[in-house]
Amino acid sequence: MPLIEAQNLSKSYGALRAVRDVSFSVDRGEVVGFLGPNGAGKSTTMKMLTGHLRADAGAARIAGFDVADDAVRAKQHLGYSPEGAPAYGEMTVREFLRFAADLRGLAEPGESVRRTLALCRLEEVAAQGIDTLSKGYRMRVGFAQAVLHDPEVLILDEPTDGLDPNQKHEVRRILKDMAARKAVIVSTHILEEVGELCTRVIVIAKGEVRCDESRDQFLARGADLNAVFRQLTA
Amino acid sequence: MTSPAPAAPGLKPFAAMLRREFAGYFRTPLAYVFLAVFNAFAVSLAFFVGGLYESGVASLDRFFLYHPWLWAFLAPAAGARLWAEERRQGTLELLLTWPITVWQAALGKFLAAWLFLACALLMTLPVAFTVGWLGDPDWGVILSGYAGSLLCAGACLGVAAVASALTRSQVIAFVTGFLACFLLVLVGYGVFDELLAGAFGSAGIDEIRRLGLWRNLEPFTLGLVDARPVAYFLSVAFAGLGLSTIIVERR
Repeated sequence: MPLIEAQNLSKSYGALRAVRDVSFSVDRGEVVGFLGPNGAGKSTTMKMLTGHLRADAGAARIAGFDVADDAVRAKQHLGYSPEGAPAYGEMTVREFLRFAADLRGLAEPGESVRRTLALCRLEEVAAQGIDTLSKGYRMRVGFAQAVLHDPEVLILDEPTDGLDPNQKHEVRRILKDMAARKAVIVSTHILEEVGELCTRVIVIAKGEVRCDESRDQFLARGADLNAVFRQLTA
Repeated sequence: MTSPAPAAPGLKPFAAMLRREFAGYFRTPLAYVFLAVFNAFAVSLAFFVGGLYESGVASLDRFFLYHPWLWAFLAPAAGARLWAEERRQGTLELLLTWPITVWQAALGKFLAAWLFLACALLMTLPVAFTVGWLGDPDWGVILSGYAGSLLCAGACLGVAAVASALTRSQVIAFVTGFLACFLLVLVGYGVFDELLAGAFGSAGIDEIRRLGLWRNLEPFTLGLVDARPVAYFLSVAFAGLGLSTIIVERR
């Protein structure tokens, strides 16, 4: 059974058809790079997969549970970091993660928070208010709440956006370490990330899947990835 | 290693929500400003406008007389953040992808806010003790007055929750919530009689007035706990809670 399933997902905003009949599935061990220009429907697709947006048509399943009909169980298996990594800014990092752990009803919330703080290298800012953190730390807090419960499914909307090269490297390192046990979708604008991080690539443009293939197949399309991207999304 | 099967969450998410929201009020100086303003107005309205002391009667009806006004103003102030702040910070998207139902989250938020208003109300107890020290009040009547006031606060909070669910701006949430509560206060007063008589006929006025906050609070301040006003306050509170939840769910 695939851990992530998108089945003929469609979503319109008024007259704009943001996502049209998108289908794919992701198995354990796969890291899917979700590529596409701004406004292509990447975030909308992710929002439907995570149950944040209701699809007009089609279905989404996380670990076999329908995100609409069996929402709570689907969400227990899901870690999701929305674009911009929103968090309760008035809380400290530790308070925020503790809240997320309690809300998820984790058996050992204190231990989960401690482990996650260490994993994401957030210990030194654990007692700081999230509002006072730099962008790099805030992105990591968003990532931390997504992996707090060691979920089987990880969906990250531009997790490396706005990070410096060292921080990007760090996020990719953590992701790679855990990828073998999970099904991961990462949306990104950074084409180089594909080679470094992903095992598979899905390109989406104008709400449609334009290509869905292994990393090697994608990289073999040409030496200039920017040109490949332009051609696929034209 | 596979992730451990999550235990059935039960009430944990709800309790976590309630705790966070209640503590949230005290994370900013706003809570203390709120408590101070509420107390200052509650006490000064009773003594300086209501003439509690000059009346020479050991009763708190002149104190509770102003509570619909206070709640109409301060319940929307406390309730404005309920959903508007989640929208503004983008955390609504997180919350809705965490394993908690919107109903659990909404109830946790609502009860936390109501609890906070209850704290504000409890801080006025020295007024009751003063009356007790000066005279010999009927404590049962005072207790029912407090119960009525708390129910009235819940009704205003229900209205405020709807206002907060509709916008990402706390200011807009506050203003619309206040206006709606303000209407519920005004409906109970004589100044509107002519206007209402024109619209509904003089026979309808009394029925309309029953929809106002004061008409429902008044019996409590006289020591009468009747099912009808209790049902009125709880209906408004839970209708507001339900409507706000539906708005958030359908976004």
